[in-house]
Amino acid sequence: MPPVANTIVSILFDGLAWAMFLFIISVGLSVTMGLMGVVNLAHGAFAMAGGYLVITATASWGVPFLPSLLITFVVVGAVSVLFERSLYSQLYGAGELDQVLLTIGLTFMAIATYTYFYGPQPQSIQVPSYLSGEIYLGDRSFPTYRVFLIIVGAALVAALWYGFEGTKIGAKIRAAVDNRRMAQSVGINVDRLFTLTFAVGSGLAALGGGLAIQLLGLTPSFAVIYLVFFLLVVAVGGSGSIWGTLAGALVLGVSDTAGKYLFADAGSFVIYAIAVLILLVRPAGLYGRE
Amino acid sequence: MKLMGAFAASFLTLCWAAASHAETIKVGVVLPYSGPNSDLGNQVDKAFDLYVKLHAKDLGDNKIELVKRDEGPASGANARTVVTELITNDKVKLLAGFVFSPSAIAAAPLATQAKIPMLIANAGTAWITNLSPYIVRFSFSMWDPAYPMGTYAATKLGCKTAAAGFTDFPPGQDSSLAFKTSFEKGGGKVVDEIRMGSPGAVPDFTPFFQRVKDEHPDCFYVFVPSGSHAGGVMKTYGDLGMRQAGVRLVGPMDLIPDYQLAHMSDAAIGLIVMSSYSDDLDTPGNAEFVKAWHEAYGPDSYPDFMSAASMDTMAGIFDVINTLHGNLDDAAKVIDTLKGWKHEGFRGPIEIDPQTRDVIQPERAEEVIKKADGKLGVKVLETYPQVKDECKELKVGRCGS
Repeated sequence: MPPVANTIVSILFDGLAWAMFLFIISVGLSVTMGLMGVVNLAHGAFAMAGGYLVITATASWGVPFLPSLLITFVVVGAVSVLFERSLYSQLYGAGELDQVLLTIGLTFMAIATYTYFYGPQPQSIQVPSYLSGEIYLGDRSFPTYRVFLIIVGAALVAALWYGFEGTKIGAKIRAAVDNRRMAQSVGINVDRLFTLTFAVGSGLAALGGGLAIQLLGLTPSFAVIYLVFFLLVVAVGGSGSIWGTLAGALVLGVSDTAGKYLFADAGSFVIYAIAVLILLVRPAGLYGRE
Repeated sequence: MKLMGAFAASFLTLCWAAASHAETIKVGVVLPYSGPNSDLGNQVDKAFDLYVKLHAKDLGDNKIELVKRDEGPASGANARTVVTELITNDKVKLLAGFVFSPSAIAAAPLATQAKIPMLIANAGTAWITNLSPYIVRFSFSMWDPAYPMGTYAATKLGCKTAAAGFTDFPPGQDSSLAFKTSFEKGGGKVVDEIRMGSPGAVPDFTPFFQRVKDEHPDCFYVFVPSGSHAGGVMKTYGDLGMRQAGVRLVGPMDLIPDYQLAHMSDAAIGLIVMSSYSDDLDTPGNAEFVKAWHEAYGPDSYPDFMSAASMDTMAGIFDVINTLHGNLDDAAKVIDTLKGWKHEGFRGPIEIDPQTRDVIQPERAEEVIKKADGKLGVKVLETYPQVKDECKELKVGRCGS
């Protein structure tokens, strides 16, 4: 393969894998924000909790990696309902400052709790052998785990697309995002819908947290250090939309990778420059409504 | 006569009491206790506590009290505040710790102003010791491992070209420059220098590593802060199949802190690091030290190079307290006591250079191997005894001032 093509393939492939990771975690944040206007800064904490559950499941309970991801999705999703019913439900209609204070407070409590039980040292995981190593396509090799990430991401996009566009619940969610009062007045139980989307969103964040261990390692501060990426994806994509989140994740994932690959010196800055440019042109994000 | 005797006796008692007046020496400990890098603070904190626990009786009547404060983020943004508090509110006699160079750099003017000795147990940017006459460093300069690593890569590993990747903060720039200097002196050529994000968050290393893989250098020198970054480096190196592609990973010991090595995959096997300490080292007392550590902190907790340097830091503090009979009011005396201080540590014999107040220590080229018990460990390939900070020897940049 000529070097230029090789470079482009490298950037697109790595960018796509990174984008899928961003998408899996951010989609729940975007939908809950669009639906209830709740800025959930504790979203990263659910992802972190998911990561630790995968660690405990694989290392202590002997559950294989893939089932433990599924367990994490279900358990964290279910537990998040308790938080939603007891704490978040107090916040609907409250000011943004209240929301931010409560959710960032929850995040710090989560960090302290996990530091107490797991310690501050980074955790790592041994992924099964069929997910490590490389896959050869022609004369190029691709890291297997990243191929796996892309496949999981694509499957989730398809599932969420069907759920959103092809089911009655999806139609209700879209209606509630568009106009909550109107949706309520035609008899849609928006609170119930929100609990459901919150659970699914938190479950997906937890799944993303589990997938992230192999990518980034895991410490209790996972809950905050990557939060800015997730918020950026939602801001760039526009809240309340699956397509927006996907577009935001793809744009930021690929440009972040390209920036780091091509201009390593300024690389970490590229993602922010692009986010600023997009928001200057479209303040509500790519798929957002003004 | 009787009265005279009574006077004499009470005078003697008074003198004796003054001489052996038991002091409690407060030492301000500045380490990251929170945030993404608190695992690094943990390695130092445990070593300080262990040393105090094992050696408290060596101080005689004197006592040591560690006043612990949070160093905060790697940017050093918190260090000035806590050091000011330690000096003015807690009235500490010594400052010890400092994991991150930016923290040490920020605190240095305070040490000078308040005349409080500042004993560095980790922060490795070479020129830190020039910032205040009250700084003594027990850990290392970034140049200590990086400079011999460059020589070793060029002459022993036969690398003609190399890329250097480093976390973008002062010690990273330092480490990369040190490697480049000696590698090019040895006849090699550094073809690319890559800044790999900030120390605060572990980045996705793939774009950086993919770039290096496509450039095909013989050696890839990497510096990242020890801890969670190191795990990311090894995973990415393994996932991208860089070894199979003929790119050899080398670096300082930060790539394989002992407490991380246990969890690293087989991708780490064959990695060459320049290191001052590892748990497998055959230095006097090291096996007992590792055993005492496990007894105190459990079998899953391992001391690493930071812990070994921290044990030496505490040994220095204890020696100063004993030499000065607990009176640490005169900072100049404390510093003079430490100049030329020699110690048999778990790294091997170390010394504080009287000119630079920086440590002189052995460095070892080590290869990661799979041990007989199936765990990863290291094998020493070559020892460089008595490594001095070359940055100050060669007067490079700010080291010359």
